[in-house]
Amino acid sequence: MRSIWRTLDRGLARDIALVCLADAVVGVSFGAITVSSGLPLWLPMLLSLVVFAGAAQFMFVGLVASGGNPIAAVVAGLLVNARHLPFGFAVGDVLGDRWARRIAGTHLMIDETVAFALAQRDAERRRAAYWACGIGLFVCWNIGVVLGAFGGTVVSDTDAFGLDAAFPAVLLALVLPSLKDQATRRAALAGVVIALATAPFLPAGLPVLLALAGVLVSFAGGQAEPAEKEKEAAS
Amino acid sequence: MISAATLIVATVVLGAGTFAFRFAGPVLRARVELSPRVEKLMAISAVTLLAALVATAALLDGHEFVGFARPAGVAVGGLLAWRKAPFVVVVLAAAATAALLRLLGVP
Repeated sequence: MRSIWRTLDRGLARDIALVCLADAVVGVSFGAITVSSGLPLWLPMLLSLVVFAGAAQFMFVGLVASGGNPIAAVVAGLLVNARHLPFGFAVGDVLGDRWARRIAGTHLMIDETVAFALAQRDAERRRAAYWACGIGLFVCWNIGVVLGAFGGTVVSDTDAFGLDAAFPAVLLALVLPSLKDQATRRAALAGVVIALATAPFLPAGLPVLLALAGVLVSFAGGQAEPAEKEKEAAS
Repeated sequence: MISAATLIVATVVLGAGTFAFRFAGPVLRARVELSPRVEKLMAISAVTLLAALVATAALLDGHEFVGFARPAGVAVGGLLAWRKAPFVVVVLAAAATAALLRLLGVP
């Protein structure tokens, strides 16, 4: 574990710390919103420890608090979290071989840890970024949720601070360098179009999964690439 | 009101299901020998998912358009990231833009 902290340079550590801080504030709002909507004090804390996935937790609490069927709330949360399966394919190598570590690392897999890992060039840094971000977020998120659940309504509206814009920006900044690659860019663009076109009609989580069909576009594009290059060379 | 026992069971089921999703990828990956081509395809898939997540989170609240403040903030952040601004600047500018627009009454 010590090698992780050695590999982290100050810049990367600072970036991760910033995301952890923002996440803690959202955690405070999650705790506060859950308790103020009439659900028990322990529920936001249990969810944050056991599920550890912000979007699915908000979805679950929203549905249960508005009188929804708990089974429907579980299904909705699982649908939102299904994207972790392809995530695991992409970054599974960072978890290592030992069982204890693999189980802990598995639980820490969320959007930000995956994005931070993918943004690193070599394997050593990928591993360091994944673990530092995962552990940092797990600690900060859970502390935030406890504070929010007990402290109540101080930070219930994180939109006022623009935090709802900060999180997409975090992922965008981390993903942007990968988009320099043409095949990746084509797949991502197609995926974005698919997700946005289907989002108004489908339950949350599904549009993002359907975006994977965009990867096929990059495949199809791969065949055409040599011809395109010739064209570019000719012009 | 839903009973405590029901809430606990629901939470544990959601947690177990989420863990299963997270667990499946690394396990399947360890079982098969991945060619560099498949390896790249996995990375492309993850980037595609994250990009779709950015787009839907930036523009939509549930099924509806979220208003202008949030996408404007994300756009400012994206522009700065593209111009190679430091990560901290990107994130703070995105939040500040959205917060400022809301302060000015933009939804």
